[in-house]
Amino acid sequence: MKHVLKIDGVTRRFGDVTALDGVSLEIGQGEFFALLGPSGCGKTTLLRIIAGFETPDSGTVTLDGDDLLARQPNRRPISLMFQSYALFPHMTVAKNVAYGLERERLPRQEIRKRVGEVLETVGLSRHGDRRPAQLSGGQRQRVALARSIVKRPRLLLLDEPLSALDKKVRADMQLELKRLQHEVGITFVVVTHDQEEAMSLADRIAVFDSGRVRQVDEPVALYERPRTPFVADFVGANNLFEGTAGGPALRTADFGALPGTPVEHLRDGAEALLCVRPEKITLHDDTAGGALQGSVLDVSFYGGVSHISVEMPGRAKPVLVAVQGASDVRAGAKVRLRWDARDAVIIPAASIPAAR
Amino acid sequence: MKAEVAARPASPPRGRHRLGAFVFLAPGLTYLIVLLLVPLALVLSYVFFQRGRFGGVVYEFTTENFTRLADPLYLGVVGGSLKIAALTTLIALAFGYPTAYLIAQLPRKWKTIALIAIVLPFWTNFIIRMYAWIILLNGPGLINSGFEAVGLGPFELLYNQGAIITGLVYSYLPLMVLPLYAAIERLDPQLREASANLGASGFTTFRKVTLPLTVPGVLTGCLFVFVPSFANFVIPEMLGGGKTLMVGNLIRNEFLKARDWPFGSALALALVAVLVLLLVAQAWAARRA
Repeated sequence: MKHVLKIDGVTRRFGDVTALDGVSLEIGQGEFFALLGPSGCGKTTLLRIIAGFETPDSGTVTLDGDDLLARQPNRRPISLMFQSYALFPHMTVAKNVAYGLERERLPRQEIRKRVGEVLETVGLSRHGDRRPAQLSGGQRQRVALARSIVKRPRLLLLDEPLSALDKKVRADMQLELKRLQHEVGITFVVVTHDQEEAMSLADRIAVFDSGRVRQVDEPVALYERPRTPFVADFVGANNLFEGTAGGPALRTADFGALPGTPVEHLRDGAEALLCVRPEKITLHDDTAGGALQGSVLDVSFYGGVSHISVEMPGRAKPVLVAVQGASDVRAGAKVRLRWDARDAVIIPAASIPAAR
Repeated sequence: MKAEVAARPASPPRGRHRLGAFVFLAPGLTYLIVLLLVPLALVLSYVFFQRGRFGGVVYEFTTENFTRLADPLYLGVVGGSLKIAALTTLIALAFGYPTAYLIAQLPRKWKTIALIAIVLPFWTNFIIRMYAWIILLNGPGLINSGFEAVGLGPFELLYNQGAIITGLVYSYLPLMVLPLYAAIERLDPQLREASANLGASGFTTFRKVTLPLTVPGVLTGCLFVFVPSFANFVIPEMLGGGKTLMVGNLIRNEFLKARDWPFGSALALALVAVLVLLLVAQAWAARRA
């Protein structure tokens, strides 16, 4: 894959706080890439460095092989869609969208044509004469998107694009973003703290924590084979068990050997974590032998799935189990838990040095 | 829901409500009635009567006071005052906008210090500050000494229109800076970043985004400077040396020197009319901006 954006060893400190610590990433042509992490992890700082509103203390950023950091923000072929949208309140929708094209001194007729086209793409053809204040949240976001893509940038950066929308609109916009990215073929880089959003949108995700990239992977790989404790815990619901590595199992003090698959070769006896997703665990009658035993603490019905938390002696956090549809298990029932060794991963307890 | 309604204390009877409101409104109402409405009504009533020989009015109806307003002599004074006030406002805007813009970019702590520095001159008596200007602008004053040191001057700096405008700009500049600062400070900094991101230079961003969005602040600041400048009579007298007559001086002279209260009232009403027109225009323009 041809790389559009190459970030190499970027570090940025604000006083005592290290926002980015030697971050390196390569983003491919036409890719939908997500920077995922909790707030304050440095992902927005990286976005602002790419856009030119921050300067790194060290490291390089290149776009198509050219040094990006040497260029002023207004000379970069990069569009940024702000979290607040930052629409110009004194201009109509059409004027907002035309703003970037007018700065390129394009002929008036071409500007009008391209504004018309892009407004049609985002479904706002009839709203060109309105002011941003006269639009709904979802419509405003479409205007911001139209304003960003009309310049046909090499790269479109989106800062928490869906966070200001309510749930129903968000789902629609999510599909819309994917369709648009496919249609216009621009490389998208989205910043989000919402792991579901990142997984449903992106081709690849970089998980950030405390200014460092913890893992870069495709959504499914990230979900099924987390490589660090942070990723295992942050991406999706997970059940973690502490112990030591021992072949195809995790040895624990309280529960004996738990079945799992190591993500990499682990030295016997090394500190390790076993991660098993709630939907990979099956519940069995208390009469079934040879499995983990616990008692049901709570059953929550969500429609499509039910979440059952199971309390186990010797574990502070209850184990979360997800089953399809409604469940006939009641709170207080004694149950046994089971999972396949291939559905659970065993990872080193300390961060993998390679991620540092 | 029902329990909640029942538990709520019964609302007080209307009469008591009104009495409470009146107690709170009373100081403001008194101020407005005693210091604004009554004097205005008096001035308004004087206009239609003839002047008394030693001041006051003789209660005989006349419209002569209005026709006298059209005299080129008086129109000239009004025109001159408008010119001086307009120049003052433009100069104050030229100095005030960059000042307000810079203050708005400062770190929070420095913002406060800068704003205090802006209003600090108000703590000294106005007349004393005008005397200070006389000393500065005087023939052998500080400014001319400076010119002489580099082999220039001395210039006639005092007792002309330039001195009046200098005094007016100096006095009312804070009234320009404060509303401008409020308008610029309120701007979302991301709008400027968005403009840069879309390819605009710093100057284009200012012309297309910052300035249009701060027009209401500009209008407010201009009004705050124009109104007291137009009606001022102390500064023309002290720094203008009595050679330049502004509307304010004329009104004062009619009341206190010529003892022609009815015509003074007519001039005062003309002044109020001009200012009300300006206020309406400003409100209209601010709503459109």
